[in-house]
Amino acid sequence: MVRPSTKSRVLAATLVALFATLVPLIGCGGRAGAGIILAGSTSVQPFAEILAEDYMKLHQDVNIDVQGGGSASGILAAQTGTADIGMSSRALEGDELKLWWVEIARDGIAMIVNPENPVANLTSEQVRGIYAGTITNWSAVGSPVGAIHVVAREDGSGTRASFEELVMGSDSITPKAIIQDSNGAVRQVVADDPGAIGFISLGLVDSSVKGVDLGGVAPTRDNVVNGSYRFSRPFLFVARSEPTGGVMDFVDYVLSDAGKQILGTEGLVTTGGSGQ
Amino acid sequence: MTRFREKLAQRGFLLVALSALSALALITVFIVAEGVPIIAKVGVVNFIFGMKWAPSQGYYGIFPMIVGSISVTLGAVILGVPIALCCAIFLAEFAPRLMREVLRPAIQMLAGIPSVVYGFWGLVFIVPAIRVYLGGPGLSILAGSVILAIMILPTVIAISEVSLLALPRLYKEGALALGATQWQSIRGVLLPAAKSGIVAAIILGVGRAVGETMAVIMVLGNAVALPSSILDPARTLTTNIGIEMGYASGEHQQALFATGIVLLIIIMILNSMAQLAFRRR
Repeated sequence: MVRPSTKSRVLAATLVALFATLVPLIGCGGRAGAGIILAGSTSVQPFAEILAEDYMKLHQDVNIDVQGGGSASGILAAQTGTADIGMSSRALEGDELKLWWVEIARDGIAMIVNPENPVANLTSEQVRGIYAGTITNWSAVGSPVGAIHVVAREDGSGTRASFEELVMGSDSITPKAIIQDSNGAVRQVVADDPGAIGFISLGLVDSSVKGVDLGGVAPTRDNVVNGSYRFSRPFLFVARSEPTGGVMDFVDYVLSDAGKQILGTEGLVTTGGSGQ
Repeated sequence: MTRFREKLAQRGFLLVALSALSALALITVFIVAEGVPIIAKVGVVNFIFGMKWAPSQGYYGIFPMIVGSISVTLGAVILGVPIALCCAIFLAEFAPRLMREVLRPAIQMLAGIPSVVYGFWGLVFIVPAIRVYLGGPGLSILAGSVILAIMILPTVIAISEVSLLALPRLYKEGALALGATQWQSIRGVLLPAAKSGIVAAIILGVGRAVGETMAVIMVLGNAVALPSSILDPARTLTTNIGIEMGYASGEHQQALFATGIVLLIIIMILNSMAQLAFRRR
């Protein structure tokens, strides 16, 4: 038999040993080896991943790691330098404007309804009323499909933040809204439910849903480029200071014709690469 | 030498056993450490009974989600427990041996289906059916209850059946000898005698339902408003964490951990109730 004192010593030793093995594990979350780290908006992430993959094919020695986390954490990562490039799907504001940034593309937000819904055009005010919960039936906007089922993204999502900024102003989205946690899930709900309305990235609208005109302007790439379609947002690369060396080479590649072509075929609207 | 080996083995096992426990301790400590600051800031009452959840505006009230969790779980119990009990009684008392040997593993298979598959199935079959035949958006408390009712079946059936089978055969034989019919002996003697085990089975089923996340995220609609009917979308405590963790940072993330604390406490209470029920036989 083990005496109590020994027993408790064994216990203590075990716990110490256990923590000793765990602590280094927690400690090594930083960067491993040389490479480029991108972090931030999950709206930009899939596009950045495609760009990174293509770039790494051309430059075998470079390793690019693309992480999510959201626009806010992307900007924070750029500020603190934990990432070489932060990705943001909203314009910078306040203190953030001190950072170096470049617009790699623009993304339109399309209002989508079920193809069975005859509504073809909504005004900004109508969209706002629907999402604020003051317009609750399609009859108020001249459509016969009954009660409106509002579908939105979860709090914290960049698409939701852009939508709130572009459309809602001082109103907030009704708590009765159905919440889905990705563009694809929103599209799926709208595709299944004749009474639903949702908002997703312009590039992700497909034949399963119908994009609604906004104040008479169709949600198309051309209208985003020429500025007549109002619901659009910038995709930004952000860094603490102007990048140099390998990181800048990647940024240049993204802004080159090859990079633009990739972003274009993926549904984004490429602009001129304005920034500072 | 043998003595040394024995001690070595003993300590080895102790170490492994402790590592399982310390995982629990680590998780608990981490969740509490992350979640407590925001509860302290918002206030326990405002956090638990607050009606508005809008982290980006600084509102952290989880009452609608507590109501969501309770109503979805209650729905699952109302739909699932009668089926599970009938099934357990049939398996324990009526089924011929061969049939029992086919049915029992088949029912346990239900427990092995990944929850995302349940959710997807619900999204494709249950949700449109509710939308077409009962109205509303389809994504609703009812849809979540139906899915969870099926998911708790294996737990409730298995434990109820075991507690029925564990009863001495004398009980049933005695009842039948006194002239009771099969049904009278089951209802009057066996069910009351197995009550504690059945109660424990139901509580464990409730625990399963409260903790389920993936399947309910897909069919519940996740709205943060207080639901007013079973056809309304709702959000549970688990789905609140599941749906918002992707983008949460700072206080928002802390609030999700705080939701986890509430969930942890609920599960702990349920598990202790099940333990108590088991011991009281």
